[in-house]
Amino acid sequence: MRSDLGAVITFLSLHCHGMGLSPNLYATQRRGFSMRMLLAAFAATTILSGGVQAAHAANVFPLDRATILTGSPFDFKVEFSSVVKPEDVKITVNGQDYKSVFGKDVEFVAEEKNKDKVLGSAVVLRALTIANAGDYKVEVSAGPETKSVTWNVYGTAAQPKAKNVIFLIGDGLSVAHRTAARIMAKGMTEGKANGRLAMDDIPPAAFIGTSATDAVATDSANTMSAYMTGHKTAVNAIGVYADRTPDSLDDPKVETYAEAVRRQTKKSIGIVTTAEVQDATPAAVVAHTRKRGDKAEINGMLFDVKPDVLLGGGSAYFLPQATPGSKRKDDKDYIALFKDAGYMLATSKAELATASGTNTGKILGLFHTGNMDTTLDREFLKKGTTAKFPDQPGLVDMTKVALDTLSKNPDGFFLMVEAANIDKMSHPLDWDRAVVDTIEFDKAIAAAREFADKNPDTLIVVSGDHTHGVSIIGTVNDEKPGDDMREKVGTYAEAGFPNYTDENKDGYPDKVDVTKRLFLNANNGPDHYETFRPKLENPFVPAIQNEKKEYVANEAYKDVPGAVLVTGIIPKSADSGVHAVDDVVLQAAGPGSEGFRGYMEQSDVYKVLAETFALGAKQTN
Amino acid sequence: MGALEMVDRRQMLKTSLGIIAGLPLLISGATARAENGLSFDELYGKVSVLGLEFSDKVKWLNGQEIAMRGFMAPPLRAEASFFVLTEVPMSICPFCSTDADWPDNIVVVYLDEKQTFTQPSQTIEVRGTLEMGSWTDPDTGFVSLLRIRQAEYGTV
Repeated sequence: MRSDLGAVITFLSLHCHGMGLSPNLYATQRRGFSMRMLLAAFAATTILSGGVQAAHAANVFPLDRATILTGSPFDFKVEFSSVVKPEDVKITVNGQDYKSVFGKDVEFVAEEKNKDKVLGSAVVLRALTIANAGDYKVEVSAGPETKSVTWNVYGTAAQPKAKNVIFLIGDGLSVAHRTAARIMAKGMTEGKANGRLAMDDIPPAAFIGTSATDAVATDSANTMSAYMTGHKTAVNAIGVYADRTPDSLDDPKVETYAEAVRRQTKKSIGIVTTAEVQDATPAAVVAHTRKRGDKAEINGMLFDVKPDVLLGGGSAYFLPQATPGSKRKDDKDYIALFKDAGYMLATSKAELATASGTNTGKILGLFHTGNMDTTLDREFLKKGTTAKFPDQPGLVDMTKVALDTLSKNPDGFFLMVEAANIDKMSHPLDWDRAVVDTIEFDKAIAAAREFADKNPDTLIVVSGDHTHGVSIIGTVNDEKPGDDMREKVGTYAEAGFPNYTDENKDGYPDKVDVTKRLFLNANNGPDHYETFRPKLENPFVPAIQNEKKEYVANEAYKDVPGAVLVTGIIPKSADSGVHAVDDVVLQAAGPGSEGFRGYMEQSDVYKVLAETFALGAKQTN
Repeated sequence: MGALEMVDRRQMLKTSLGIIAGLPLLISGATARAENGLSFDELYGKVSVLGLEFSDKVKWLNGQEIAMRGFMAPPLRAEASFFVLTEVPMSICPFCSTDADWPDNIVVVYLDEKQTFTQPSQTIEVRGTLEMGSWTDPDTGFVSLLRIRQAEYGTV
């Protein structure tokens, strides 16, 4: 058995290079995965799906076991591993010629190429729709190459269950973040929490499996894409299946939730994030690209869908290239384009308040050229880039303005809210910033719940998109004797309870650098110095890159008293802590929430969202 | 160009820097050259969501020889004829996969002659001619707004 597996891997390694997997290799390596691991995963899947046949299998998109909403447009593509003749290509659907089911002809591509390398022939059919629910077995062959996949096409009830959906994502939100947020914000006495977070009162509904189509591990692109399209995809991909050609914008598309809401309803759409609005999570609400880094193109896709409320950072991608600060490589001025499309523009907290008072129903709020600052920097420490952007609103302000604006639509709305910095600060192991942003996220959840109390026809979903390898193991107590910080770590009974306070009752700890504080750790990371203290100056930079493009411990922290060098356990190409493969917890309240149960694939969440708005039924008459 | 010549040039630069080293080069005001020191804090006069504006100092120094201190980011591509000078050592960039993810406060440096890479936490000083305005590197497509051309550098 073992030798057989080895042989398959060797064969595939030759084969895969021929299939042009290399364009994605750079991204894959950055995630810390070797080609060998990728191939091992590939080989394992292939063996499971049919042994010898796999050697000459064509690839079919959507993949086997895809779930597809009735009437929802998607691209169908078959990739043959060799050059085949068009007359040899046979495609049947449930035993019939495909044209009788798909209703149109495929386009035959004689040779797909990666630079000069011929990858094989392909057939493509864009924007296909299937009207009737049921299982669809698609069988493809051309000479020795065969492949069979089965899709499940599902419909929805004719009547929506809820008028509004508020989908709140804590990017990277793991169990440790919420536990730490509760203890830091509310305190704990004799083992019982002194208060509850808003999220503590939303019923846990399901465990969500976040893995990608190409790896057990995952990123914010493929995870949010699965939530927002109902199709799982590859790491770094959004709103598409990952095909083999190098072009990142030609991959087989699937419909996003925002597009489906636009197609079937008159509801408004809102996107709120503390990241750049082109970042993977907000992008996945509307966009289609193999490469999440295509941010200039994603900005155009945001404009195509025109969310009624779009709030966050990332103005650099709205500015024409001649404007200093622009990250575009063309002369398009998206600020002007959005204004011409009827949007009120806000570039600060004060302007957002003004825009909120107007009745345009369309607000573009951009508060930073890049990602917005963390809550800890913005509200308390005044560090990060707050000197340059001193009047950034927080997630709570933005969520409230979005709810006020969107709720003016009598048909209802879909609002996505992302607390991006939970993830962005967990990567560099800056746990204080990640946890304080979790507290802010909780306050945005409270605002959503307050809205739902007054508008009970609202479904609230709270979840992470993926997890981090983080846990709380006890406390660090400065009062313990000696200079050795490691000896000040308290575990088990020695941990006691931290001494955060909230004298001003704002829901945040008065300070994070208390004498006895929570000790959070990641189970992975690059070489770095553990300082056992909050980073009060600026967000933590654990490792920096050397000339070999390897990440080494940042010596700026070497001389912090008591700092300990922690040797990394992931490849040296990794700049920061990585995502975990652990399930995320999904919580939900309101009509439609009964659809979430037990273990669910991330793509299954979409089905519940589609059912909640009855997106199988046209509601725009 | 021989290797020896390169070493000589670098040594010369080191020596010339060494003369003023110890005394803070950029604020010493001891020489005419030192007056043309430019720091990262001085790049922009105005920073806003709708764009940045170069400082009067940058506008005034455009086309002149300047000296600037910072850190060398690892080469973008092996064949690139430039490197990126950053305010802090190049570090975290989770998931960045495009040139566009670089911070705003960078300066692109085109070397007069090839020099070896320095360690990431090593402060360097770059001397050369300041050039302002959007420009796309023909080999890499990297867009920069501020460059130092005919540059050479030494460690500080």
